[in-house]
Amino acid sequence: MNTPDNLKYAASHEWARLDADGTVTIGITDHAQEALGDIVFLELPAVGRVVKAGEECAVVESVKAASDIYSPVSGEVVDINQAAADAPESINTDAYANWLFRIKPAATSAAELGALLDATAYAATL
Amino acid sequence: MPLRTPLYESHLAAGAKMVDFSGWEMPIHYGSQIEEHHAVRRDAGMFDVSHMCALDLSGPDARDYLRHLLANDVAKLTTPGKALYSCLLNETGGVIDDLIVYFFSPQRYRIVVNAGTAAKDIPWMRAQLAGFKAELSVRRADNDNPVAIIAAQGPDARERRSTGNDAVAMIAVQGPRGRERFWAAFPASRTATEPLGIFQAAEWKEWMIARTGYTGEDGFEITLPADDAAQAWQNLREAGIKPCGLGARDTLRLEAGMNLYGQDMDEDISPFEAGLRWTVDLKDAARNFVGKQALTAGQPRNQFAGLLLLDRGVLRAHQKVITPQGEGEITSGSFSPSLNQSIALARLPEGVAIGSEVEVEIRDKRLKARVVKPSFVRNGTPLL
Repeated sequence: MNTPDNLKYAASHEWARLDADGTVTIGITDHAQEALGDIVFLELPAVGRVVKAGEECAVVESVKAASDIYSPVSGEVVDINQAAADAPESINTDAYANWLFRIKPAATSAAELGALLDATAYAATL
Repeated sequence: MPLRTPLYESHLAAGAKMVDFSGWEMPIHYGSQIEEHHAVRRDAGMFDVSHMCALDLSGPDARDYLRHLLANDVAKLTTPGKALYSCLLNETGGVIDDLIVYFFSPQRYRIVVNAGTAAKDIPWMRAQLAGFKAELSVRRADNDNPVAIIAAQGPDARERRSTGNDAVAMIAVQGPRGRERFWAAFPASRTATEPLGIFQAAEWKEWMIARTGYTGEDGFEITLPADDAAQAWQNLREAGIKPCGLGARDTLRLEAGMNLYGQDMDEDISPFEAGLRWTVDLKDAARNFVGKQALTAGQPRNQFAGLLLLDRGVLRAHQKVITPQGEGEITSGSFSPSLNQSIALARLPEGVAIGSEVEVEIRDKRLKARVVKPSFVRNGTPLL
């Protein structure tokens, strides 16, 4: 299973990456896309929505099932990946290139990011 | 230990992702369930359906017994090999299971029931044998019982193991090129099987080859000795037939508008409320089948219809449908790979018109859907 070293992971199978501009990019892991099977629909949060870490804020639907996506960090949604929403199957092709949404982190986010798993620890949960 | 079919090793070798299905370890897909779905609509795919339970019925009263047991009437079966779809009802007219019965002679039939329901069907069918001279034998194989179980006559029958291996496996080959590719793999079967009409079977060697299926495409369902299954699967793969899992099987049957037992109907639902009125044969007034009295006394309050989602999203079982005539419920829903849109089967209040628009509650939203006839795709062609 592909778990890049430069990302942080939630036990609920989201990945998070702190970017140079200070925002956090969030998607689902390769393991999650594999378990879901063919992805056919994404419901992404509204830009401007304020979320707490652990809050349900997106839904990924495969042919098989709907799966809730939890934000790994608190903050404001500043961007969503409309291209992925238009072609949900792209997540099956590459779950790391095809992110879901970006968060401008709240003050608590540094601690929340620090509490996420690194690649080795996440891979050990699978 | 989960139950495994005689093709378990073949699935692993083909890269299957295995899941639990009614206690059976079965392939959900071999990579992409959408690609498998398209293979069946456009060319040919095959499914291991050995978890379904084949039962052989024989005896002088076999025909009378089935006319008592089933809501459809086996009296209309007169050509050897001809098959009939029927519900097995309880006394209140609810559906215990749906099944296919194959006629060979008035003294000999084969019945195929669902995997998850066989454990309740068999005792029920045996209890109904009281007073009839007939014998029911279980032909399904699994890893615990690799040989068939033969039941003696009557409700108090003791089971005994067959001394030889009488167990069978079942493979469904489906798709517009399914029969051609099957004949390429087994050329000697062609003479016996090419004349077969829809819903008709022929016996070839020890195999039963039926022109039936659960996908809305042409094809064969093959019942063969368990010992032949792995080699046959291999030959069919070499003939270009793509292995397909339960995932594709579900989207294919949903597009074809075919009911799934346990989702679209169960013991509390009458066939009249599950879109199966056409399978209940009331023509012979003298025939008293189990459940008839309850069925003919009641008035169905619901109709069975299809839904086509007009907004983006995915319809799923148990979502609430809001109509001007009241609330309904989705019984099966998914994404249709052929239509590239979500579809569903639903139980709706009587009076909701085909073609009208309704709303479906999905999480915190209400999405628009159109009510359609419960059949979306047949023989590779969208019907909408």
